[in-house]
Amino acid sequence: MGAAGVVEQGGPLLSVRNLRQYFKIPGGNVVKAVDDVSFDIMPGETFGLVGESGSGKSTTGRAVIRLDDITSGSIVFDGDDISGKLSKEVAQRLRTNMSMVFQDPMASLNPYRKVIDTIATGLDAHRPHMDRREREELVYQMMDRVGLSRSQANRYPSQFSGGQRQRVGLARALIMNPKLVIADEAISALDVSIQAQVVNLMRDIQQETGAAYLFIAHDLSMVRYISDHIAVMHLGHIVESGRTDEIFSHPVHPYTRSLISAIPRFNPQVERDRHPLVYDAKAQGIRYDEGSYHIVSGTHSVLATDQQLEAWVD
Amino acid sequence: MTTSNASPFVDEDALFRPADFMAHADTDEREYANYSYIRETVNRFLSNKGALVSLVVISLIVLVAIIAPLVSPYSYSDVNSSITNLPPRIPGLEQLGICDGTQNGVDLYAEAGIPNEYHFFGTDGLGRDVWTRVWEGTRISLVIALIAVVVGVLIGIVYGLVSGYFGGKVDIVMQRFTEVLSSIPQLVITTLLIVVLQPGLANIVIVLFITGWIDMSRIVRAQVLKCKTQEFTLAARTLGVSSRDIIFKEILPNTMPQVVVTFMFSIPNAIFLEAFLAFIGLGIPAPTASLGTMINDGYNAAMIYPYQVLAPVMVLAILMLGFNLFGDGLRDALDPERS
Ligand SMILES: Nc1ncnc2c1ncn2[C@@H]1O[C@H](COP(=O)(O)OP(=O)(O)OP(=O)(O)O)[C@@H](O)[C@H]1O
Ligand SMILES: [Mg+2]
Repeated sequence: MGAAGVVEQGGPLLSVRNLRQYFKIPGGNVVKAVDDVSFDIMPGETFGLVGESGSGKSTTGRAVIRLDDITSGSIVFDGDDISGKLSKEVAQRLRTNMSMVFQDPMASLNPYRKVIDTIATGLDAHRPHMDRREREELVYQMMDRVGLSRSQANRYPSQFSGGQRQRVGLARALIMNPKLVIADEAISALDVSIQAQVVNLMRDIQQETGAAYLFIAHDLSMVRYISDHIAVMHLGHIVESGRTDEIFSHPVHPYTRSLISAIPRFNPQVERDRHPLVYDAKAQGIRYDEGSYHIVSGTHSVLATDQQLEAWVD
Repeated sequence: MTTSNASPFVDEDALFRPADFMAHADTDEREYANYSYIRETVNRFLSNKGALVSLVVISLIVLVAIIAPLVSPYSYSDVNSSITNLPPRIPGLEQLGICDGTQNGVDLYAEAGIPNEYHFFGTDGLGRDVWTRVWEGTRISLVIALIAVVVGVLIGIVYGLVSGYFGGKVDIVMQRFTEVLSSIPQLVITTLLIVVLQPGLANIVIVLFITGWIDMSRIVRAQVLKCKTQEFTLAARTLGVSSRDIIFKEILPNTMPQVVVTFMFSIPNAIFLEAFLAFIGLGIPAPTASLGTMINDGYNAAMIYPYQVLAPVMVLAILMLGFNLFGDGLRDALDPERS
C-alpha cells in the first residue's frame, strides 16, 4: 500500500521482540496470554493480526501501546525503547505517534462528552493552550475526513449509529497524526455493509496520511482485504506470518489453513466444494513451545519443528 | 490448497466492485442542533408530576423560611410571660370558628390583653411566637443540613475518585478506613461526638458531616471502578491524557447522576439527624430554634397544646417527603438509559 509522505528510512516503525505477557490469576496459576511474540511493522503498512478469541491479540495490542506493563520482551517504536518505564519525552512521543481504535462503538465514547470534545482529546492533552478556533477547525477537518458532517460536532454519542461512532473513534485516534494506529477489532461490532465502509475509509486515510495500522481481527476475510502483512496468532503464539499473498497462496501451518478454509467464497462452484478444515493442536500433537521459526520464503515464516515443517510443506 | 502462485481469491475479487459507501453516509442526518443534555433532563424532570410538586413545595418552604421571620412583627426569641401557651389565631379563618384564639370557649387573646394580635401558630410556654420560631427553625435546619451535606459531598467525591481510580494499596487503606468509620452505627457516633464536642451550630455541622460523606464516597468509587476499565478511559490513556484530567473530565461526569441523587437524599437525612439530636436534648442551645429543638420543646406539652409540636412536625414531614420525591424524580430524569 502506498506510503505517501513518509520518508522511507528502511527500518521498521515498530519492532516487537520476544514479547511475553503473563497474568497471575487467583489460585496461583499464570495465564500466558502472549508468549514469545516477535514482529515488525514498517512505516505506512497495514499489519493484520488474526486469531481466534482468546489467542492474545488484544493483549498484544494493549502491551504495544503500553496500557499494561509487559512481563518481558522489547518493544521499539520509532527509535524509542518503550518496553520499560517511560521517560517524559518518550511518553510524549509515544502518546502522540501511536493511538488506538477500540472494538465497542458504545463503550469507547464517553456518553457525557460531546463529539467535538471527544475528537479533540489528544489536542487538549498535548496542546492545552491551543486557540479555540484552531482546535475547532482541526476537529472539523478531521470530521470531514472520516465522513461526519460538521453539524454533528455538538451531538452526544448516543445520537449516533454504530458506524458513525466508529468514525468518531477513528477521528479521535487520528487527530494527532499518529504514525501507528492500532485497530483492535474496530469493525467487528458493525454489520457487514458498515464494516466495508469503515475499512475503505481507513484505507483512504492511510493513503493520505501514510499511517501504519496494526489491524486486529478474528477472521481473515477483512484482514486479507486491508493488510500487507499478516500474522496468525494462536494460544499466545504467532504460528505463521508473512506477506498477505504469501499466506493466502501458501498457507503452511494447519491452523492458518483451517482459518482460510473457513472464509466463505464468492464463487458458488467453489463455495459448494468448500470444506472447513478442523484444527486441534492437542489432537494433532502440536506443541508450540517445541517449535521454532522457519523461513518458508521471503518474509514468510512458520512456527514448527523440523519434522512438522517437512510434513506440512510436502 | 493451491498449486499456482496467485491467490485464488484474486480472480474472485475481480468479479466485485465496492459500493459507493459515502453516498449513504448522510442519509440519517437529522436536526440535532438544538439538543442539549441539560434541557432534555429538565424536560424529563418536569414531566414527572410528583417531582414537580415537590420542587414547588420545597421552594415555597424555603421562601417562607427566609421571608416569614423578616416580616413577622415578633422575634423568635422574645420571651413574654403574660402571653404563654396561646392557641393559634389566624385572620380570616377566625370567622369560620377555627384558629380563632379560643380554647374551651374562652378567648385567651382577650384575656391576655392583646385582642388585636395574631399568633398564627399560637405561642409557646415562654410566650414566644411559634410561627416565627418554626420558620426560623426551618431556616437553621436547612442551613445546617445544606452545609454538612455540601462539605460531605465534596469530600466524598474526591475520596471516592482517588480511591477508585488509583486502586491497589491506596484503595485498600482508604476502604478499610471508611469501613471502620461506617461499622459504628451513625446514631451512636453522632451522639457520642456531640456529647464530647458540646452542642452548638458548628459542632452539629461537623458531626453530621463526619458520617455523611461515606455513602457518597462509596457511590462515587463504584462508578469510578466501572468507568476506569471502559474503553473511553483507555482511549484517553492511550492519548496521554493526565490522570487528573481523566478523573475529572472523563470519569467525574459519569458519576454526576448518582452524585446529584445521593446529594438530594442526604439532605432530608441530615435534617432528620439534626432533629434527632435535638430531640434527645443534644440540639442547638436556646434561644436559637431548629425544627428539632422545637419538636423537643413542644413534645413535653403535646397532650395539652398539640399545635406547639404539630407545626414543626408538619414542616419537617413535608420537607422530608419533598426532598425524597425530588430526589426520585431527579434520578429518573438523569438516567441516560431512559432517553
Ligand atoms: N487482565 C487479565 N487477567 C487475566 N487473564 C487475562 C487478562 N487479560 C487477558 N487475559 C487472558 O489472556 C488471554 C488472551 O486474551 P485477549 O483478550 O488478548 O484475547 P483476544 O485474542 O483479544 O480475544 P478476542 O478475539 O475475544 O478479543 C485470554 O485467555 C484471557 O482470558
Ligand atoms: Mg480482543
